[in-house]
Amino acid sequence: MTIAEHTPSETEIDGLVGGAERVMSRDNAVLRMSEAEAGALSLSPDDEFGDQKMIINMGPSHPSTHGVLRLMLEMEGETVLRSKPIIGYLHTGMEKTGEQLTYLQGGTNVTRMDYSSPLFTELAFSLAVENLLGLEIPERATWIRMMMTELNRMASHLLFMATNGMDLGAVSMMIYGWREREPLLRFFEKVTGLRMNHNYIRPGGVAADLHDGWQEDLLEYLEMLEPRLDEYHILMNGQPIWRDRLQGVGVINEAECLALGTTGPILRSAGSSWDLRRDMPYLAYDQVDFAIPVGEYGDCFDRYAIRLAEIEESIKIVRQCIEKMPSGDYRAQNKKVTPPPRGRIDESMEALIHHFKIFTEGFKVPAGETYAAVESPRGELGVYIVSDGSSTPYRMHVRAPSFVNLQTLPHLMENGLLADAVAVISSVDPIMGEVDR
Amino acid sequence: MAEDTETTEEETASDDTEAPAEETETEEQDDTEDDGAEDVDEDAAPEEELLYGVPVRRAFGQTVVFADAESYLDLFGELISDGFQQVIDLCGADYVDHVRNDLPASVIPERFEVVVNLISHARRERIRVRCQVAEGAAVPSLFDMFPGTEAMEREAFDMFGIDFTDHPDLSRILMPEEWNGFPLRKDFDVGRIPVQFKGAPGQS
Repeated sequence: MTIAEHTPSETEIDGLVGGAERVMSRDNAVLRMSEAEAGALSLSPDDEFGDQKMIINMGPSHPSTHGVLRLMLEMEGETVLRSKPIIGYLHTGMEKTGEQLTYLQGGTNVTRMDYSSPLFTELAFSLAVENLLGLEIPERATWIRMMMTELNRMASHLLFMATNGMDLGAVSMMIYGWREREPLLRFFEKVTGLRMNHNYIRPGGVAADLHDGWQEDLLEYLEMLEPRLDEYHILMNGQPIWRDRLQGVGVINEAECLALGTTGPILRSAGSSWDLRRDMPYLAYDQVDFAIPVGEYGDCFDRYAIRLAEIEESIKIVRQCIEKMPSGDYRAQNKKVTPPPRGRIDESMEALIHHFKIFTEGFKVPAGETYAAVESPRGELGVYIVSDGSSTPYRMHVRAPSFVNLQTLPHLMENGLLADAVAVISSVDPIMGEVDR
Repeated sequence: MAEDTETTEEETASDDTEAPAEETETEEQDDTEDDGAEDVDEDAAPEEELLYGVPVRRAFGQTVVFADAESYLDLFGELISDGFQQVIDLCGADYVDHVRNDLPASVIPERFEVVVNLISHARRERIRVRCQVAEGAAVPSLFDMFPGTEAMEREAFDMFGIDFTDHPDLSRILMPEEWNGFPLRKDFDVGRIPVQFKGAPGQS
């Protein structure tokens, strides 16, 4: 891969050979201090802290915190010693809300969690519900799901390229990232009706079939995108300022990632090639051909380069989806789960009643509990559903990758500069909507 | 045994008759040494299957093992040595108004459950642990084995009030620090609690 070309600086792999001692310790980079304690410290300067260390606050409204992430940083001069991510500013109780909504309405709720890759949460939710129902999905629906989520992965990673560039002063990359993402959102709008929060993937299949001429739309886009990705390789990967800014910053190793529960590009940047799409295939990922980009040094540059390479792999998958897209139904024809076609409602009383019942009462799901996981652009996104046999989940929990990945922040920032903290937050790519839920 | 019969009363009549019978059978055969080990397997109902010394069930194609606060840490020790090196997810659940019928007979149902999902990269397997927690009781923290559970346990504490002993910083994570109540509990009503505002620290 193109990632391999970079050489680490001497400071990079300092004391990080492969153990997880750094994160296993209770006395490490994580600042475990309540707001009251921090407030009391700032009021009494002559305490154990002396006058060398201070606690500063970053966020929640800071352009480089990607939403409403707040960090409490213990600083010594320009160096970050310990830090604590403070979250919850976007907490709206979506798991509680999910207990009030029927399984059919649930999609509108979960799609608002990870707002930059909404289709993945819908997919995980639908897979969990289908597992409880024991529902078989038509092949075409599976492939549409796979293609749409891969396009969504590209959109999400392009957004990362944009914000990562913006945070680090590569403003051209910001404009390019937004520019490349825009046609994808237009394509989503054509297929799902919305640019984001689609509620497109639903239990039983997808909401609508692909429009006529979708292949041409996509092929035109992919042909435009591929040479531009090559340009980014030249523009970013080969640029000394960009490399100096990222290489050797925010280093983590594989054992630490595993101990912290980290998944996704952060884990893969540290040398593990774990990817649910290949290792625990869902949908039809076992029928497509793609590579998994893996990093070597676990630094910010690897995490950036992996995401750029993943866009290229997603293009490969989308091309195979265009070729192999099977014909057939886009949703399961199961009267219990699927509403009748719109045309039938005008001519059949039974269809009208059926439609009314499904949308007012929802469908009942057998009692039990299940967990379904997909590989989202940020890592393993899982949905745990407990059903009590009624038409609403008894408990719905979303395992948000950003929520877990945020725990790496204090370790990545430890003993780094404050300016590098911005690069680290950006490379973790947290989406606060799914962190706080 | 007294506790067992109490809890099974809530369940169906058939469970009520089966469960105590199994208990006595297995206890007897435990006393009579290993000779009858195979017989025990045949006599016991399929739900009494054990894995890592605790009851196991296969639910919707997924492996679920059941623990309580006593067997919890030992179970995770065995899971680690068996290759489950990553805790993917930990969450709470409140079963105050739902009688579960998917518990093995020997598991005593309690109000709360701590649900832990683990993954083994080498074997490409998942396993789920469901730990029964009584109201007001505590579960040992997994921090020393899996430091990544720190935020997840804080979330379970924040949302359900489940106490994790020996946790390095068991404080609220999503809700404000001085919030009252545990929002995801079933008896925490939606829309009844007015928005709780607070001043910035040091400015009161």
